[in-house]
This record gives sequence, C-alpha cells and structure tokens, in this order.
Amino acid sequence: MSKLKDALIAGLVLLAGKRRKDPYANLPEQRIVEEGAPDRRAENVVLVLFAVVVICAVAFIVVYSFESLAHQTQYLGLAIGLAFVVLAAACIVIATRLIVTEELEEPYPDLEHPDESDAVAEIVEESGSRFTRKRLVRMAGLGAVGTLGAALITPALSLGPAFNTDKLKWTPWRRGRRLVDDAGKPLLASEIEEESFYSAYPEGADRELMGSPIIVVRVPLDELKTRHDWAPHGIVAFSKICTHAGCAVTLYRKPTFAPTQPRPALVCPCHYSTFDPAEGGKVIFGPAGRNLPQLPLTVDGKGYLRAAGTFNEPIGPSWWGVRRGRSVS
Amino acid sequence: MIRGVVRYVDERTGGAPFVRKALRYVFPDHWSFLLGEVALYLFMLLVATGTYLTFFFDDSVTPTTYYGTYAPLDGAQMSHAYQSVLHISFAVKAGLLIRQTHHWAADVFVATIVLHLMRVFFTGAFRKPRDLTYLLGVAMLGLALLEGFLGYSLVDDLLSGMGLAIGYSVALSIPLVGAPLATLLWGGPFPGSASFLPRLYIAHVLIIPILIGAILTLHLALVASRHHTQFKRTPRETERRVVGVPTFPGQVPRSLGLLCATWGVLFLLGGLVQVNPVWLWGPFHVGDATNGAQPDWYLGWLIGALRLVPSFDVVIGGYTVVPNPFWGGALFPLVVFSIVGLWPWLERKVTGDDAFHNLLDRPRDNPSRTGAGMALFVWVFLVFLAGSADRVYVWLGLSYSHQIWGYRVLVIVAPVLAFFITRRVCRELLAGERAALVRTTAEDASHV
Ligand code: FES
Repeated sequence: MSKLKDALIAGLVLLAGKRRKDPYANLPEQRIVEEGAPDRRAENVVLVLFAVVVICAVAFIVVYSFESLAHQTQYLGLAIGLAFVVLAAACIVIATRLIVTEELEEPYPDLEHPDESDAVAEIVEESGSRFTRKRLVRMAGLGAVGTLGAALITPALSLGPAFNTDKLKWTPWRRGRRLVDDAGKPLLASEIEEESFYSAYPEGADRELMGSPIIVVRVPLDELKTRHDWAPHGIVAFSKICTHAGCAVTLYRKPTFAPTQPRPALVCPCHYSTFDPAEGGKVIFGPAGRNLPQLPLTVDGKGYLRAAGTFNEPIGPSWWGVRRGRSVS
Repeated sequence: MIRGVVRYVDERTGGAPFVRKALRYVFPDHWSFLLGEVALYLFMLLVATGTYLTFFFDDSVTPTTYYGTYAPLDGAQMSHAYQSVLHISFAVKAGLLIRQTHHWAADVFVATIVLHLMRVFFTGAFRKPRDLTYLLGVAMLGLALLEGFLGYSLVDDLLSGMGLAIGYSVALSIPLVGAPLATLLWGGPFPGSASFLPRLYIAHVLIIPILIGAILTLHLALVASRHHTQFKRTPRETERRVVGVPTFPGQVPRSLGLLCATWGVLFLLGGLVQVNPVWLWGPFHVGDATNGAQPDWYLGWLIGALRLVPSFDVVIGGYTVVPNPFWGGALFPLVVFSIVGLWPWLERKVTGDDAFHNLLDRPRDNPSRTGAGMALFVWVFLVFLAGSADRVYVWLGLSYSHQIWGYRVLVIVAPVLAFFITRRVCRELLAGERAALVRTTAEDASHV
C-alpha cells in the first residue's frame, strides 16, 4: 500500500519536474527549523478531530435549516461551540505533538538610541534659526490652533439645551391638576388605603417626564408629623423619582411587628435610599442627599385628589447650583 | 510552490525580511501571558457578533405596540428599539444565540482584561520600558466598561432605563459642568430627546470600538517593539536575552488553539446559559423600577460605591454644590483608575528605580508592591461585594442596613490589613527560600 503511494508520489514529482525546472534548486542545503521525528498516532488523532469538527459544523447547518425546532438556540450553540472546542483540541495536539519544539533565544532590541534621539532633537532645534522671537511665535501659534479648536467643537452645543437648567426643574404639576392612575382613571381620596402604595400621574400630561410620576400613600393621622394641610385625611404625595440618582421609588416598607421594626417608609430599589412619608419625605437611610419632594394635595367637591400647588423642591437628582426647598414651574 | 508564492509577494512588497523576523519572533512561555491574548480574541468575537446584531437592531425610541411571538408582552407599549431586541431573541433564527454570545463575551472580556491587568501589576511587567503600554491597557479597560454599559443600555428595557437614569444622575452630579454636560448628551432632561438612543448607538457600534481598536493596535505594536517580558527560570533568561518559542511554527498553533477554545466556550455559553433575558424586564417607563434585575457584574463596584456612601451632599447656603452620586459614581472610579493607571510613575517615584526591566518579578519578590496591589484589590472588591448586600439580605435575611454599616467600616480597615498581611507573607516566603538555598549550598559543599 505505502509502496504504491511512494510510487505515485515519485511519479507526480517526476511529472512536475518535467514541466518546469525548479529555479531555486541550487540553494545551500541548510535547515532553519530542525527536523523532528514523525508521530503517526498524534497525526491520526488530529485527523479524527478534524472529522469531528466537520460533523459539528454540518450539525449546525442542519439545525439552522429547521423552520421551528424546540431548543434551537441550545442546539445551535452546542454545535458551533463544540466545533470550535474540538478545533482547539486539534490545534493543541498539533502544537504539542506535531510541531518541532524549538526554544530560541534572541537579544532584546536596543532599549535606547541616545545618538539618534539627540539627532532628532538637534534637527528640530536647528531648523528654527531664522526665527527671532521664538517664544512669541510659539505662543501665537498655540493660541491660533487653540481658538480654532474651540470653534470646531462649538457645534457640539447643538446636541442639547446646555445652559438652560430651568428645564430640569419643570414639572407638569399645577394647582388643581387631578391625579390619575396607570390607566388614566382619576383617583378618589376614598380609594387610598393605609399600608398600600399608589402610583399616580398628572391628568393629561406626558408621563415620561421625570416630573410626572408621583407616589400616593395614606399615613394614619396621628402619625403624620409635618405639613398637615398638604395631606387631606393623611394622604400624602411625593415625587416618584429618587433624589439620589433618578430611579423610580417603588418599594413601600411595611412593618409587620410595630415595636421591633421601623415605621412604614418609601424605599428606592436602586441604592436603597429610604424616605419617611410621615415626615415630609425625609431621608432616613441610604445615600440620597435630599428629601423626596412633596406635592401638596387637596380633595375637590367630588372627592377626587388634586394637586394644591407644585412640589416643594426640585424633583429628581441634584446638580451643581440647584436650590433646595425652592421649586420653579 | 511555497517558495514561488513567497518570492512573488516579496518582489512586490519587499516584505520578506520583515516576515522572516516576525516568524522567528520569540514568545516566552507562561500560562499567564495568554490572558491578554484571550482578551484580543474576545474583542474580535464581540465585533463579529455585534456586527450581526446591527443588521436587526432598530435604534428608534418611537413608541409602538408589540404583537410578536412572546405572549406575555403581547399588546404592550414599547419603543422600536426594545421591540427589535425581542425580535432578535424570538424571531431571528440564531439571533438569540448571537445576542447571548455577544453579551457573555462582553462579560468575559472585561473579566479577562482585569485578570491580565493583575498579572501585569503583580509581576512588575509595567516597569520601564513598558509603562506606556500599560497605560494604554488601563485606558482600554475603562473603554471596555463604558462600552459594556452602553451596550446593555441600548436595549431600552427596564434594566437599561434604570442604568441610564443612574448614569444621567452621575453625569448631572459632576461639579460645575454636570448639568450642561448631561443635557447636551441626552439632548434635554432625562429620559432625553429622540436623538439620544441613536447617539448611544453610534457610540456603541462605532466611536468606542474604533477607539479600542486604535489603542489596541498601539498597545500590540509597543509590546512587539519592546518584546515580551519573561520570568527567570534558567540562567539563559537575562535582562538582555529573551528565551522562548518562535511565532512559527511554535506559537501559531497554540494561539489558534486558544482562539478556537475561547470562541468555542463563548458559543457554548451563548447557546446554553441564559443571560440578560430582556423580555422578562419589560419596557422602560420613567415611573417604573425593579429590584429583581441585576446589571452586569463589571458595574457592581460602581453600584456598591453608590450604595455605600452615606447621605451627604455638599451644600452652601441652600445651594447644592456636589450632589451625592458624584462620590460613588464619579470620584470613586476616578480615584481607582488614577491609582491603577499612574502606578508605574508612583512606584518609580517611591523606589527611585529608573532602570529597564525585561525580567519579571514573582509577586513575592516585591512585598510592598504586592501588598499595595492586594490592598487596592481588597478595597475595590469589598465595594463590589457591598453592591450585592441586597441579594444577601434576600438569601440569608441579614439586615441590609447592618451589612452596609459593616462594609463602611470594612472598606477602610480591610485594605490596611491586606497590605500588611500580604507584605508579611511575601517576606516570609522570601526568607524561607533564602534559608533553603543556604541549606542546599551547604549540603552541596559537604558532599564535595
Ligand atoms: S437612585 Fe434611589 S437610591 Fe440611588
């Protein structure tokens, strides 16, 4: 069998040699990479691994071609993942068993070139001999380029309203605006129960503004500590946007055993700033640096909840220069 | 045949001398030198999978109603962006595989960069002449974190909305320039104008990847021009001579194997292990939030920092000067990145060591550096752990506020302890080695 192969190869070589003479045949016979001993077993392993790669790749195509197949994502991942892993195994066998292992050494490249470095500096220095006021020219040049740079980045101001911080404070809440729930239904004061948590929005306004969503809870009247006139029947409303970093405050902590647990509190799920609804939204734990802005409420003749004004503080996260306890609308 | 091709190319490019040198470039051999390489392959995988995702992603926040294959959200109001991600996950064949592989690759990418950084730090590989190479690497870590954050923010699900709200607040909290900066980037107050998501998108798929690619090229060029560092294992390895395997044939199959293994594992993860199931979080609304969804691990240290800082704003005469999110969200990462990035210069200043170093230290060889590195690591890691205190509360019932107070103490005490303990351990190890060496030489002498 192998004789036949040898003969074949010899024949091919002869054929190839006949057609064209190897122009590089008379190079000196000196190896760069040393010769190593063959390892047929490792070679067989590599061949088998390559075959497995083919199988996995075909499996991937087949799985993909199904219009709908349960767990298709899993099978696809398995097929393509295994294909790569097996290919990796083949590479490792080649690297460790079939490649001639060499350990070369080589000097590190020159770490410094003092002569060339000095020459570079010299070229730069000597080129300026016709300038009499080098420093002045240099400063003027820098000034020109700097100003041009500033001009070039000015259009970036079109990206947004940069110097108008009033927009940050604006909210749609006005005196007399009704509170509506998720579905847009106006909230009745009688619907608000103790120990529950209600989200509300200003009637007819955009809900996707930070100034829109509010929290409504009912605090037992004897527990309410401040701003009684903002809280009809103990119903208080706060901006839902955490004053720490702008998440929505969505947790209402209720004590199950009054003596051992703290009072009910509004908790932000992002960094657990905790606000006391009975004390004007005061921060009682967590990082928030400012109380939750409160919205004064009233109840109209039909029993609907309405805003009695706007928030007592700017809503949402703070910025440099925001004035506490003052709201602009 | 091969000769013919090589001559053909050389006659037209003159590249043969360069290629010959490149083929015999020497790679010192140690498993930990492969970490950076893995990061490179992950970057390639991220670009490839990410490009595929762009063919289906829609960067518009225009509202629409979902009528797709995922029944629980049927009829829900959402942006086109979120809808297109649901489409990729449920309707595009192989879409979920590629999306999850992309997400996993991002998570592992950052992890690999961090491990690579630690290897370089603890072996002193950052010393002259490789300090600039190191700084470029640290810059890439920063960009990778930002890129990951932008990536999961694009989806416009509840989790990304919450992340962006926090990102916006941190931007807003920067003294003096915060408010203009945030409103410029967002095109107005949060949640921003309709052009915000397209801006985010172009940053994620073009600007930052190009920055990473450019810095990566420079990083690799510098590595190659100064050659690799090496451990001293035999007398042959010296400051002036590098010992190792040549690119070809030795290194190439190893690197290809590593590349295939990396990609294979990532595809297996992407296919078999669910990650960021965006359909569970639902669309984002300003008035919604959840505490059931966790962001990617590499943001944990920032969340921890935001949570650990006590309630404290700098206020002058009723005006806020520095709002709270600045401390944890901006100052803390700035301090960490400054220490890490400027470490080569700090160390040079302290030790006065201005020499070239091609031979690596083992961590024990430089007890003070290793101690300082451990202190920094413990500091950041504790802050990271503090970010998961709410999970610990859910699992083990440990009071959240007690945990936070515990961490507030620990982040100050533990790094100091870590420094002294590590330094001590290193010194003991060195002393032990010296004693062993004395003994063996004495025994050798007595044999003679
Ligand atoms: S956003 Fe509410 S605690 Fe940070």
